[in-house]
Amino acid sequence: MAINKDNTNRRKFLINSGAILGGVFATTLIKPFNAVIFAAEEPKKALPWYGVGIDIEKCIGCGRCANACKNENDVPREPFFFRNWVEQYTIKNDGSIKVESPNGGIDGFKQSVPDEEIFKTFFVPKMCNHCAKSPCEEVCPVGATFRSPEGVVMIDVKYCIGCRYCIQACPYGCRYMHPVKNVADKCTLCYHRLKKGLDPACMANCPTGARIYGDLHDKKSALVKFLKDHNCMVLKPQLNTRPKLYYNALAQEVR
Amino acid sequence: MPLHIKRLILVFALFIALFLVLRHFLVPESFGQYGHYRGKALEEIASREVHHVGVNACASCHDTIVNLKASGLHETLTCEGCHGAGYLHVKSPKTEKLFIPTKVRDFCGVCHQKNAARGKDQVKQIDLKLHPVHVIPQHPNVNLNRPKNEIKCTECHNPHEPWQ
Repeated sequence: MAINKDNTNRRKFLINSGAILGGVFATTLIKPFNAVIFAAEEPKKALPWYGVGIDIEKCIGCGRCANACKNENDVPREPFFFRNWVEQYTIKNDGSIKVESPNGGIDGFKQSVPDEEIFKTFFVPKMCNHCAKSPCEEVCPVGATFRSPEGVVMIDVKYCIGCRYCIQACPYGCRYMHPVKNVADKCTLCYHRLKKGLDPACMANCPTGARIYGDLHDKKSALVKFLKDHNCMVLKPQLNTRPKLYYNALAQEVR
Repeated sequence: MPLHIKRLILVFALFIALFLVLRHFLVPESFGQYGHYRGKALEEIASREVHHVGVNACASCHDTIVNLKASGLHETLTCEGCHGAGYLHVKSPKTEKLFIPTKVRDFCGVCHQKNAARGKDQVKQIDLKLHPVHVIPQHPNVNLNRPKNEIKCTECHNPHEPWQ
């Protein structure tokens, strides 16, 4: 092949290089839409990034967390409205699993299975997982459910239209329809208490210290120490909701 | 450019202008401040009143009971965990009274009823159907010849200092 005196190849090369460089710069413009395109990353800012740790070995199922939550957040006292609640899992010798949560555990648990039939039994306190990729936030049609810069998933009650989409989207069943306000309601990690330097009501009132919260960015926080000291697990990790509620001693039967 | 295309462009421009005007009035001021939501909602939630006032508020009046409890086995319990949130009681102590458990057998049982799921080293557990089994020397006057569910836990145990 003869040498091309017109140097069109060099021109093409320069044009292509320019296009690639321009393309690289252009992709930086989609950064605001990261949440849509990539898995959401927590912001690397000065703000804390809150998570929760629950030690199942320490939980005695007294339900003071659920009771305190209702008192703190004016949750209706009827037994089907809960921001957090306690479940008793009983795995019987024949392999069947019994889950019970009478009034969310507020009135106490009566052991319904005799000791001889029990293979294993334990309490699981449940609450909002404050997912980093929360499905409830993604489905909200009006932007009423949001994740705050601190990673706390909350509801804007003035903006919620009460369509219940988030309630059925939450894989952990952590939302309910408020019967008086007619908007969805959920755990706010007691954001009003956090901002005043107080612990969330459920954690302040836990008699055994089974529940802690902390800043996942701060390597010295109590939660990071809890995660280092224990083999922790989240609920339904296969859903890729990236929950920030970590359980110690979580059995595989728990859903 | 054909006339009908020009008209179409005009119609489009009108629609877009109308959309922008409507959007300006319908979207709240702080929407999009942090993300796809109203930024003011954060302040509104943060400004909510705290209901559990904490042990220091209790101690400002009931310091003897707070000190008594802090020295006993119930030291990890909070006052408001049993008695309910105290924000109204702090504001008007005369009229707003806190919850004092009356069905103590059920109430104490919430933590102390025997249950295989409770950690044995976490909390002392009793069988409410059988307890108490014998007279405690410190409380010789408690009549045990009654149905067990009529004997109140508080006849022998002080809930603020359980083992005295």
